Amino acid sequence: MTAPAAAYGKALDLITRVRGVRGAMLVSAEDGIVVAEQLMEGIKGPAVSALAASLASRLRRAMEAAGVGASLFWHLQAEHGALLVVPTPAGTLVVAVAEPDVNVGLVRLELLRAAEVVG
Amino acid sequence: MPDEIKALSSQLAQDPDSLVFLRLGELLRQKGQLDIAHRVALTGLERHPHLPDAHDLYARILADKHDYERAFDEWDMALRIAPDHIGALKGLAFLYFKVRDVQQAAAHLEAAQRAAPDDPGVAQALAMARGGGPGGRGAEAGAGGRGTEALTEPEPIAPAAQPLEEARVFAGLEGAQEGLLLLDASGRVLGGALKDRTGRDATDAVAAYLAGVSQEAARTVKLLGLGRWTGLAAEGDLGHVHLAPPTSDALLLVDRAVPMGRLAIIAQRAALAARRWLEAHA
Repeated sequence: MTAPAAAYGKALDLITRVRGVRGAMLVSAEDGIVVAEQLMEGIKGPAVSALAASLASRLRRAMEAAGVGASLFWHLQAEHGALLVVPTPAGTLVVAVAEPDVNVGLVRLELLRAAEVVG
Repeated sequence: MPDEIKALSSQLAQDPDSLVFLRLGELLRQKGQLDIAHRVALTGLERHPHLPDAHDLYARILADKHDYERAFDEWDMALRIAPDHIGALKGLAFLYFKVRDVQQAAAHLEAAQRAAPDDPGVAQALAMARGGGPGGRGAEAGAGGRGTEALTEPEPIAPAAQPLEEARVFAGLEGAQEGLLLLDASGRVLGGALKDRTGRDATDAVAAYLAGVSQEAARTVKLLGLGRWTGLAAEGDLGHVHLAPPTSDALLLVDRAVPMGRLAIIAQRAALAARRWLEAHA
């Protein structure tokens, strides 16, 4: 983690201002611990972050083995919403929880911008 | 033919909404001018997206360009619009022959024959398919039935060691043995195979890493109250993958260097094929 704590809030703001985003988190990819969060009430941040980190780790390894390179963005789609994740080179996962009709392209863009802020 | 092409081009230029693009595209295709035919068909398709003949034309051009996967999609689309479309039924039969799925090819030819009982090409192809001709080669030509070289060129015979049932999971889907993988909950490979960019078999390594992913995805969305997970699209710097749950305890991986949206469509199709296969083998 290279950015100061104030930058985390700014990074999360970029994501949560997108319509349809229910919350955003910065998660340590290594241990799944929440570094910073802006989540709507009722979302179990620590549990979700642990699972997201585990998924990210498996996915990263599978993608490397498949020869498609490093994971840049992933999007877990569900009936009533989605989890969108951008891993940063420094080992942070930038995570958004979104409504099903969210503009995925826009969220992806903001996640990538947030990832640049976080470093 | 050049005069007709010129006349049709001029007609189309005067009236871009005209359906002459169908004839023009077909003539260009027959002449082997595939890139121009491709442009004509695509422009026509943009103007007439609900015209099955436009999808059929585009599919034939794609098939001539050996882009069988997209040809499959286009013929499939034509059939969704017009379930008895002869060209689409013959086209899909041709693609099934290409992957040696004679049963599916025959089923499509039978449907074509019901819709056009007097079509000699269909009857001939069907007779050869039922007779189990030499790998369906003759039937393949009949199924394509367009007189193009691309539709009749020989295909390599599938490796003898390939387990038949495994090969059939993704029958009709291009890349079934290099970009589609079906796993059970524990990561055991049920069908398909995966090769990395160097052509090396990556099936077992990828399967091992993906063991348990389906359950983790399910738990994550459950925690978030998002219902059932329907897919996981992942973008890599050299390509993309798409995971889908054809059933609650199986996982499908599609790995292709195509745009994410297109990959999702391929995954949807592969998931349907996998679900049918899993149900049949339950």
